[in-house]
Amino acid sequence: MRQITYAAAAMEAFAEEMRRDSKIFHLSTDAPPELLKEFGAQRIRATPIAEGVLTGMAIGAAGSGYRPIVDWRMVTFSFVAMDQIVNQASKIHYMFGGQTTFPILYRASVGGGTRRAAQHSQSPYSMFMNLAGLKIILPSTPRDVKGLLKTAIRDNNPVISFESDRLMGVKGDVPDDDYTIEFGQADIKREGTDVTIVALAWLVHEALAAAETLASEGISVEVVDPRTLVPMDADAIRASVIKTGRLVIADEAGPTAGASAEIAALVTEHAESFAALRGPVKRVCALQVPIPYGPELEDHVFPDRHKIAAGVREVMNAG
Amino acid sequence: MTDTQSAVSADQQREMLRLMQTIRRFEERASADFLGGDIYGVVHCYIGEEATAVGVCSALTREDKIISTHRGHGHCIAKGADLNRMMAELYGRVDGYCKGKGGSMHIADFDIGMLGANGIVAGGLSIITGAGLAAQMDGAGRVAVAFFGDGASNAGPFHESINIAAAWKLPVVYVCENNLWAVNTPASDTVSVVDVAARAHGYGIPGVIVDGNDVLAVHKVASEAVARARAGEGPTLIECKTYRHRRHTERAAQPDLRPPEEVAEWMRKDPIDRLVNSLKSQQGQLSDEEWLQMDAEVMASIERSVEFARASPFPSRDAALEDVYAA
Repeated sequence: MRQITYAAAAMEAFAEEMRRDSKIFHLSTDAPPELLKEFGAQRIRATPIAEGVLTGMAIGAAGSGYRPIVDWRMVTFSFVAMDQIVNQASKIHYMFGGQTTFPILYRASVGGGTRRAAQHSQSPYSMFMNLAGLKIILPSTPRDVKGLLKTAIRDNNPVISFESDRLMGVKGDVPDDDYTIEFGQADIKREGTDVTIVALAWLVHEALAAAETLASEGISVEVVDPRTLVPMDADAIRASVIKTGRLVIADEAGPTAGASAEIAALVTEHAESFAALRGPVKRVCALQVPIPYGPELEDHVFPDRHKIAAGVREVMNAG
Repeated sequence: MTDTQSAVSADQQREMLRLMQTIRRFEERASADFLGGDIYGVVHCYIGEEATAVGVCSALTREDKIISTHRGHGHCIAKGADLNRMMAELYGRVDGYCKGKGGSMHIADFDIGMLGANGIVAGGLSIITGAGLAAQMDGAGRVAVAFFGDGASNAGPFHESINIAAAWKLPVVYVCENNLWAVNTPASDTVSVVDVAARAHGYGIPGVIVDGNDVLAVHKVASEAVARARAGEGPTLIECKTYRHRRHTERAAQPDLRPPEEVAEWMRKDPIDRLVNSLKSQQGQLSDEEWLQMDAEVMASIERSVEFARASPFPSRDAALEDVYAA
């Protein structure tokens, strides 16, 4: 199978969907050149650097029959549009009694490792998970990002795609055919029997690396990638924990009220997966701090394969 | 006969009067039923500002789109919303526009191009600007109209929206209802210019000031702005100088810090009295009997809307989980 980067796979998703549906258009403070070349300036619009108005305009255009894509670029910039995300986009379908649909894709990079300090290194997806009315995807591979983005564009709700910065240049297998990936379907990225690692985004790759190391120590690791945070595939996560009896959660965000906390709760509030746990759940997350600039500090703050492996050994020793 | 009257037939003027009186009677009833406990939460009355909504919406077609504010009943009625479904929504009933989930601050009717009242000051401006972009891409000559207040003109979305609409020549008309007060703060304390319309110059678009209590004058400037938008010449900012007769909300405990003499002065400029007197002064255009008859018909339509609302059930508990997501 051909191999392309995560960033290229995302662009393929946009191009294929835009060829299929003339109602799709793209708003961003900088027009992606490859899309601009194919679809022109009417559909690939370079906008003022004013994310608030872009985010709201997408709602108005969606309510008028279009299917806008808004690229915030970094999640950092979405925060200037919070009224439009929180008070408008997430609630508008429900608040108006479901009288029309608002198919919108918002897109933002998250994560760190780019030495760009606190404002440009953030993984705040759990803030958005807290809002009823949004769907949230967090793809980890080129294949997943393409298939999930295509589903997102076809969805009739506001969807946010959070894409880890560190994944943009990662290459992987991407099928040639017109495939989509359903929301709420976790992917078992590696099968194992001793411990479940639920890993998010970039940390899926770090968890897979940790699993290799741990295999040489005789520990069989299962890596579960939820792929979408809303809806979350609780059944797949619980089933894996019921099989292995141990749970480590790896997230590039801080732990407080994070996606990791939600995943831990989904496992512990369910009788069968709770009963299967042989010891405490372990979260391997970023430290709960704004992300610092310099490499020594930044690398210290983020989780990685070594910290994940240490977390796995800890739960193995606990029971 | 003045210049503005000549463009609007007597029949059209009587229709404007009927709509203005419908807004007023609807809100008088909404206020009474709010104080009586049948309507919940909050009700913001538009009474005193009816000429603005009716003057603007009478320049639009059903296919044109508007967006409203927390003080939105007038815009709904002026755009052609169904009184029964509006009142049922205020009553929180299942036959309301939003199935009883929105209430006074969130009435919308997408079938008539009413993209919703909005509980956030300036919250609708960018949404309607997006509807304007959609109208431009459709290429069918439709326009989008934003209603907002003097308070919203101080907020970021006003400036971001007008900038992009001007840069892209979007068919949007921005209608500022300057009622001189943001709750209990006078606009003169918070707005950096005397006239909100002056802000248009910073974006290179026309800014027009109009007496917002003169429905014919509002209709005239709105028609010009709409024609400009339809012709692809871009947005216009219209400032309607008007006033709300009542306090910010209908809550009994809501204080009203506006000077009583200022309120009294604006009551004398009542937009409905003004149109009635104008029509009566024109030979044969509105008799006392016709006006009483019109008001009686309006009152009957309001009474029917209350009966409709009361006959509609509250939503079932199962409905709480419906419409969070679209299929």
